[in-house]
Amino acid sequence: MWRTVTCFALLLVSALWAFAQEGALHAPKTVTAGNSFPILTAGQGSATFYLLGVGHVTKRTIQLGQEVIVPASDITISGTYQAIACSSSCSSATFQVLPAAPARLSFLLHPSRVPVSNGDAINATTLVFDRYRNTVLSPAKAEFHITLPDGPTMTRIAQTTRGIIWFQMGSTSKQGRLQIVASIAEVSEPRVIQQVASDACHLRMNAASAGRYVKLETDPIRDCAGNPLPDGTIVSFTKIDNAGRSTVDTPIKKDKASAQFEVSGNARISVACGVALGNELSVGGRP
Amino acid sequence: MKYSLALILIIATVILVAAGWVQAGGMKIRAERSAATPEEAVRTLLTDIQAHNWDHAYAMLAPSNDTQQADFVREVAGSDGSLRTYSSLHSFEIWPVHVESGHATMRVRMNWSSAVGSLDDVRDLALTQDGNSWKVVWPKPNIANVPLQVLPVNYLRWDVIGRRSDDWGSGTVDAPQVRIISMNAVERPDGILILGEVENEDTVPAYLSVSATLLKPDGSSLAQQDSFDAIAHSLLPKQVSPYRIDFPGYRLRDVKSIRMDARALLVPASADPVVAVENQNIAKDALGRSILTGSIVNQSGQVVNIAQVLGAFYDNNGKVVWVADGYVDQALMPQAPVPFALDIPPDVASRVHSYHVVVNHYSAPSA
Repeated sequence: MWRTVTCFALLLVSALWAFAQEGALHAPKTVTAGNSFPILTAGQGSATFYLLGVGHVTKRTIQLGQEVIVPASDITISGTYQAIACSSSCSSATFQVLPAAPARLSFLLHPSRVPVSNGDAINATTLVFDRYRNTVLSPAKAEFHITLPDGPTMTRIAQTTRGIIWFQMGSTSKQGRLQIVASIAEVSEPRVIQQVASDACHLRMNAASAGRYVKLETDPIRDCAGNPLPDGTIVSFTKIDNAGRSTVDTPIKKDKASAQFEVSGNARISVACGVALGNELSVGGRP
Repeated sequence: MKYSLALILIIATVILVAAGWVQAGGMKIRAERSAATPEEAVRTLLTDIQAHNWDHAYAMLAPSNDTQQADFVREVAGSDGSLRTYSSLHSFEIWPVHVESGHATMRVRMNWSSAVGSLDDVRDLALTQDGNSWKVVWPKPNIANVPLQVLPVNYLRWDVIGRRSDDWGSGTVDAPQVRIISMNAVERPDGILILGEVENEDTVPAYLSVSATLLKPDGSSLAQQDSFDAIAHSLLPKQVSPYRIDFPGYRLRDVKSIRMDARALLVPASADPVVAVENQNIAKDALGRSILTGSIVNQSGQVVNIAQVLGAFYDNNGKVVWVADGYVDQALMPQAPVPFALDIPPDVASRVHSYHVVVNHYSAPSA
């Protein structure tokens, strides 16, 4: 029902537009979204005023020869608008509604976790909108304040192109919280990602005999940049002796992983973390 | 005359009762309850186990091995929420291994219907003659006797909190980064298998599934499958799991290429329990099959109800040539080793150079 009425209204308005005469209405060429403005009319008597916007049509009765105030709520969406006034004949004016000042930023910082020392792994993309969610297409100066895990802050300045700005950067060598605040004018939007340790490097373990058992403990497990691998990371210990092969997948606790094996005869014990291999030990046990 | 009618009625009643007993399998039960031969004794025992007739089953055991009835029932019927408690003995086969005066050994293959499918259990049972009947010398159940102790458990736990924001670019956390580190497509008589390993490269736990799509020469899809339960779905950071994807009925000659896909979700997880895999050896079982045997030990303090063992087998070049999986039907009590065995096909066993075993585990939420 509503769809039929809307179609009919649009057809009517389109027909009026086709018959509209230029000159009786005077509107500015551009206005800013969300700001009311006057349209000057010429003539006498009453007329029907139509405003055709982007997905929005209004109709009301006006007095010709007086200013017609277009309220702010009728021009919140940017785009081309048509004003039409009809009495015995119709006249029209066309104007552009431009986005208002930047008021919102959509800021995507990706990924949310990134291994350290990874070139161009971080992507920051920002879209600029006004308070009515119109994309602000005019160039605007954007600042990105980057706070690195080890403290220093740096700023990157660039200009938006057709409402968007993006850049890539590599992760630094220190793990921790990386914060980037995107700001344009008075608007700012912070995002945080985590720089996490990379694969284990120089993985080493030590063994201590305790009767039939051998206790194994790794040195603090770090990546090649010296960052400790997070607790919970799985470390695999493998022992091969007369009794066969034994394996334990154990999580790192307080930077170290430990395990205990019962040893039968001479044993070879190795350690690995993911695809990183550590040292191998030969241990003599009770046969 | 008046007594003859009563007599006829009594005789007819007895005949009908006897017919009903025969119809209900009374003769068969009587035959199965007999233990005049070693095979009959084992058959009777297994029939009683099948019927959960524990008193009769226990009566078939030789008293010499000092097995308590409670321990016997605990082993056969399962306990502590183990897989065996969700199983029933579906069928069995019996072969004589050797029989001599007063002693015998019978080999039985028990087929259990369980919550995760059919499970085979092959055992050699010793029997002794006791008068006119044979008794089964049931191996004494190996119930761990762990001394009372306090085990501090302070492993990590990861929780996922908060609510996903609807705004683009805000409040998102990426899915864990996982990587397929090896993939090998092999053709078996019953179809194509995709074997390999996958690693959680991230610093957070992942719930992952691996799927494969067989592509025809024209690039269209021939079939798609995922690893179902032949994978450890929950992987902690840097943990590696084998996976196997089965394509029954397909041939490699029909496949141009294979597209692999590993999908991961961020999930809450715990680093506890740690399960060690001890004393792994490749050996031959009673039926002459190559198997990887070993034992798994729950090093934590809580009971693991159901455990699944997954093994990746490598050739000399480090290529994954087989992935096997098997469930353990006993619960893993803390610090108590439980044996496991994984089948290896004979043609693969000769090429196996090394292997890697991981354990999937399920623990019922504690009250």
